[in-house]
Formats: sequence, C-alpha cells, structure tokens
Amino acid sequence: MWKIIMDALPQLIVAGLKYTIPIAVISFVIGLIIALATALVRLSAKGGWFVIVKWIFRFYVWLFRSTPLLVQLFIVYFGLPYLKIKGIFPEGIKLDPWTAGILTFSLNTGAYCSETIRAAIQSIPTGQWEAAYSIGMTKSQVLKRIILPQAIRVSLPPLSNSFISLVKDTSLAASITIVEMFEVSQQIAAENFQPLLMYTLVALVYAVFCTILTWLQGYLEKVTSRYVTPAN
Amino acid sequence: MLKLEKISKSFNGTKVLKDISTTFPENKTTVILGPSGSGKSTLLRSLNFLEHPESGIYDFDDTKIDLSKPLTDKMILDIRKKTEMVFQGYNLFPHLTVKKNVMEGPVQVLKKGKDEAEQEAIELLDKVGLKDKADSYPSELSGGQSQRVAIARSLAMHPEYIFLDEPTSALDPELELEVLKVLMKIAEEEQSMIIVTHNLAFARQVANKVLFIEDGSVLFDGPVEDFFNSDNERINGFVNAMTFNDIE
Repeated sequence: MWKIIMDALPQLIVAGLKYTIPIAVISFVIGLIIALATALVRLSAKGGWFVIVKWIFRFYVWLFRSTPLLVQLFIVYFGLPYLKIKGIFPEGIKLDPWTAGILTFSLNTGAYCSETIRAAIQSIPTGQWEAAYSIGMTKSQVLKRIILPQAIRVSLPPLSNSFISLVKDTSLAASITIVEMFEVSQQIAAENFQPLLMYTLVALVYAVFCTILTWLQGYLEKVTSRYVTPAN
Repeated sequence: MLKLEKISKSFNGTKVLKDISTTFPENKTTVILGPSGSGKSTLLRSLNFLEHPESGIYDFDDTKIDLSKPLTDKMILDIRKKTEMVFQGYNLFPHLTVKKNVMEGPVQVLKKGKDEAEQEAIELLDKVGLKDKADSYPSELSGGQSQRVAIARSLAMHPEYIFLDEPTSALDPELELEVLKVLMKIAEEEQSMIIVTHNLAFARQVANKVLFIEDGSVLFDGPVEDFFNSDNERINGFVNAMTFNDIE
C-alpha cells in the first residue's frame, strides 16, 4: 500500500500545483474584482438610467447563486458552442477548457463575494463617511482611504470561506476535461483498482491545501486587526 | 462670513427648520442652544451639507448658494474644504494612527507633502496635549482624548469655520473639562466656531453670540450676556432648568 501511495502522491501534488491552485487563485482574483464592482454598483445611490445597470448586476447575482456550479460549467463549455448568432458568433462561442473554467468560477465566486463585500461596506458606521466628507474628501477618496480598508477586515473571514470553497469546487473542472487533481486521482484509480485509497488520498491533499489557507487567513486577520483593541 | 437666509428643511413631511435666517460672525464663537429635537443639530449639519435643506440661501464669503436648486459636487467640496465638523461620537478613523488621522485631510485633500503634514500634525497634537499619543490607534484613547484628536484633525485643515455638534455630550465631567479647555484656547486664538452644546456654563464663557432654537425657529439671536439676562420667560425657563437654577 505504501508503494501505491508513494507512486500516486507526487502526481496528485503536481496536478494540484499546476491546475487546482492556479485555477482557484486566478478565478478568485478576477472574482474579487467582479465582486467589488458589483457591490459598488448595487450600493450606489445613483438613479435614472443607472437603475438599469443596477438591475443587470442584481440579475447576475441572482443567476449565479440560484443555479448549480456544475450546470454553469456545462452551459459555458458544452452549451455556448451552440449559441450561434448571425453576424456576431456565426460559429457559436467555443472556449477552451481553461477559459471556460476560469470564466465560470470567477463569475460564480464573484456573485457570492459581492454580497460579502456589500455587507462589509454597509457595516461601516455612517459617521465614518460623514467625518471623511467633512474634511473635504470626494466619494472615491472616502471609499479608498476610509471605508474599504475597514471593510476588508470585516469581510476577511467570509471571503476566506468563499476561497476555500472555490479550491474544492475546482474539482468540478474535471467534468470539462481539465486534468486537475481530482481527474488525476480518477485516472490513477482506474489503473490500479484502488478507488478507496486514491479518493481518500486526494481528499487529504485538498485538506492539506485548505489547512494552509486557513493559516493564511489567520495571519491576514491578525495583520488587518492591528488597530482593534482585543475584547476582554 | 457665513450667512443664512430663510433656511428650511423637512424630514418625511415634518418641518424641522423653519425659515432660519442668521449670521455667524468671523473670528467669533457662536453657540447654538435649544432643547433636544429643536433642530439645532440639523442646522449645524446643514452648514456642512451633511444635511441638505430644501430652500433658503447659503451665503459663504459672498458666494451665494440657492439651496432650492441642485447642488454640484464642486460647490459642496469647496464649502467642505473651508469648514470642518467635530462630532459627538468623535468619528476618528479607527484603522489609522492618531497622527495619520490628523494628516489624512492635509495630505489627501490639500495635497500637502507628507513630511510637512506630519510635522504640523505633531504640533497640533501637542496643542491639544496628546503629542505622546501620536502613534496610538484611536481604540487606545479615552473619550476626551479622542475628541481632542478630532479637534486637532479639524484644525489641520485650517478651516474658516469649525462646527462642533455636542462635542462633550458623551463625556463625563472630568473628560469634558479636558475638551472644553482646548476649545477655550482655540476660541482665544479667534478661530471661528459654531458649537451646539447643552453646557450653559461653558457657553457663557466661550460664546460671543447665542442662537436659541426651539421647534425649528430662532427664538433668540444676539450677544451672549443679553441671552443670559433675557426677560423672555421661555429663555429664563430653559436657562434655569439647564443650570439647576444657580450654578455660579
């Protein structure tokens, strides 16, 4: 048994470092940008034509939170090639697996994180806005200098949740032909007829990755909470 | 000089400011008095456009703003650069050190160099007696210390007016005294101030002018001694109630 593990483990770790982690990190970074933009649009007090933009973002959040991630991956990778629009996409939208995967993961995690960021921004007392406005700051200065630095601290634990979920959800990329860690474990299990051992092993590797991320979260929380006096 | 002509403001159909006209003299301290809910905080916040009155003329150094018309961001920013607000709840920026709280406006809004802003921040903190707290975070300060930092933060902008909204209402008498002493010092330096307060003993000492507001209207507008020697029954009643009759 030891030999089987020692044969499989390096392959799993390589697949993890080459696929699972990069897909998760790239998707999360893009997802955070989408999430911040979505949160700011939804919190904006602007009226008029901007109401339509707000509705579009609301629809986006609803869509990605209300449908399964696996189905979203299938639609983007297997479905969109059949979306043939004359003049724009006469051949349908054909994305390679990486693009389809990262696009779907980014949009999915972006929808969830936008709610986290929206709540975090709203949790900062209005007195902070007023104090910053009264020293003459513009709205974007207030956001950048005063509100977001405080909101980051508040949103760190729920955002870490989303990131850890995303790391594990990348296993769904196997279904759109990406040879990430879980797909590699399936291939090895098919060769050595040890499904219990292989799937337990890959589960442990995911657990190790996520444990490292939990430590990282703890460190970031400590750094961003420097200014808070601990409650006794 | 800051002048108001017929300022009115409603919240959900209830008029909280009714045609208020007055002037706030330069280099003097005006104290706004009145019972809770009289509209005095709303009036003060309107001066800095944290509230937006629906009608009236806001006249700052002969720049007249008609409040019934939409205000541009530039108008609001121009006024806010010249005026500062000190809040009852301090509203210090908790993620910045005391020194950086004071430097934030000069660096970000007035575009001063960091070294210059830092040097001035230290001087201002020295003035309010908190030089040794320059590198502390606001969560490490007492209420009185927090409010003195907020005052230093407003002074750093070299505003024409400072508006103070019940600056000591959240403090116990000892801490209140710390803050009042600082305000007296600033008043002596002829910084124009408008203070909403419930502390009549302080008002009498620091104010040049009193504005007494009740139910959204001006009931008294004049020199401080005239207010305390007024034979108006309502004003006498208010003064007696607030000072537990004779505190002197």
